[in-house]
Amino acid sequence: MAEADQTRLLALIEMPALLVEADKVTFANRAALALLGAHIVGENVRIALRAPDAVALIMRPDGGHARITGVSVPGSIWEMACHVLDGGARLVTLQDMSIQVSVARAHADFVANASHELRTPLAAIIGYVETLSDEKAGEDRQTRERFLGIIRREARRVQSLVEDLMSLSRIEAVKHEAPTDPVDIVALAREVAGEFGETSSVEVTSDAAQAIVGGDRSQLAQAIRNLVDNALKYGRPGGKVAISIEASATGWLLLQVTDDGEGIAPEHLPRLTERFYRADASRSRSLGGTGLGLAIVKHIIERHRGRFDVSSRLGQGTTASITLPLSGDQL
Amino acid sequence: MVTSSTPQFQSEIGQLRGLIAEMGGLAEVAITDAIDALVRHDEDLAHTVVAGDAKLDALEAEVDRLAVRIIALRAPMADDLRDVIAALKISGVIERIGDYAKNIAKRVGEIDDRRKFEPLTLIPVMAGIAQSMVRDVLNAYGARDATLAIEVINRDEKVDNFYDSIFRNLVAHMMENPSTISTAAQLLFVARNLERIGDHATNVAEMVYFAATGLYYSERGNPGGLEKVI
Repeated sequence: MAEADQTRLLALIEMPALLVEADKVTFANRAALALLGAHIVGENVRIALRAPDAVALIMRPDGGHARITGVSVPGSIWEMACHVLDGGARLVTLQDMSIQVSVARAHADFVANASHELRTPLAAIIGYVETLSDEKAGEDRQTRERFLGIIRREARRVQSLVEDLMSLSRIEAVKHEAPTDPVDIVALAREVAGEFGETSSVEVTSDAAQAIVGGDRSQLAQAIRNLVDNALKYGRPGGKVAISIEASATGWLLLQVTDDGEGIAPEHLPRLTERFYRADASRSRSLGGTGLGLAIVKHIIERHRGRFDVSSRLGQGTTASITLPLSGDQL
Repeated sequence: MVTSSTPQFQSEIGQLRGLIAEMGGLAEVAITDAIDALVRHDEDLAHTVVAGDAKLDALEAEVDRLAVRIIALRAPMADDLRDVIAALKISGVIERIGDYAKNIAKRVGEIDDRRKFEPLTLIPVMAGIAQSMVRDVLNAYGARDATLAIEVINRDEKVDNFYDSIFRNLVAHMMENPSTISTAAQLLFVARNLERIGDHATNVAEMVYFAATGLYYSERGNPGGLEKVI
């Protein structure tokens, strides 16, 4: 192939590609210039790619592959290929592997975390059951009651964890299908608030009589339930939890769940929706939290093409906000 | 660029710049690996970092030889001369950065394996800032980007402030937990090494600024110093 044809062909490719002759970059396509900088053509190839593994690969007489890190942003992972062309020039291409690697890592982390979360209550259950089987401890009524209470609590925890994990995987399975059933969020919020009973004060206010979104009723109920549940758990004991709904003229619905608890420190806010992330691990566990509640909310809202956000001020309380697109015929 | 030189000469300058970039790439990896080794208490990785420093020394010697050869045989002028002088000085500084990474790696064996040791969690954050300075200054060198170089110089204050706060934190920790004094003292040296890496990244940035503009950074904005020195 003539050289002009080669470069014309490379210019069409979307992955970053470079031609290198005698250690000098003689051509870089647009993706390569965007990735490595507009200055690289005419420079020594090591100015463009200085990672030791990249340098070693380019110096090899026969070409090959290497995995290098940090080409675009620190920690990014790239698969680099180097082919020797007729005439001795080298074709260097780069492929971003960061997403694949991080998905694999996230999956491995999730499995590790989930097993850890399941193992802890199971270890407690087995331990107390073994102790109760011992005649001395099992016959003392007070001890027995106390141990049975712990076993019951830990078993419940495993149960709710398994339920949450199943919810998450069900939501994941359908996440690419946007749900379309008409759901009235105002009625749904009142219904969920009612589930928490007369004793807790969950107040619902809305600026519209009804607000219809296209959605999955049971999932949306679960999202609101999780938020109210969190607000009651982490709010001020005996404090108020408010659900406010605004179905303004913009075509979006805003639902906010506000508590007047002690708030969440700013460094925790970005990570709250990570699975098993807890701002206060011991408190969450003692309240029976699974560490999955907000992850579930986030997944549900994303499936509904909406946004989920938490804002908080220490000492003043926390507000969780859901934004959802209103159904077309509402307007 | 003002150059009046042959393609052969340009290729030698390119070779020189390539060597500097290669040294930079090695130094970056050395810092990353040294901090990884420290945090994970991985003595094998620490040994790799220590052993890898020889390569940086060899490259520095190669830069010296090539630079002297270019000056002796080609008598470079203007931008070319600045490139060669900057390369000579920068290679020395990057070699020092590699030494600091090596020094951090050498301490891994001296530090007890306590992942929960609270001050240890501050070190990677500080290392992240120092690493980003090294990374960006090498990008600035490759792109001859004086603006990015100035930005790196300004970031040094962040590393210095972090160093002060780690210092106070570690001293307080030592007073409260005398049993951790030897580990905490090692971490003081690590923090000190990171602070020095930040300083040296700043030195490189000043030379990148010099090579790109012909001005000494300290004389920028000073009316008397505005004339190009070469």
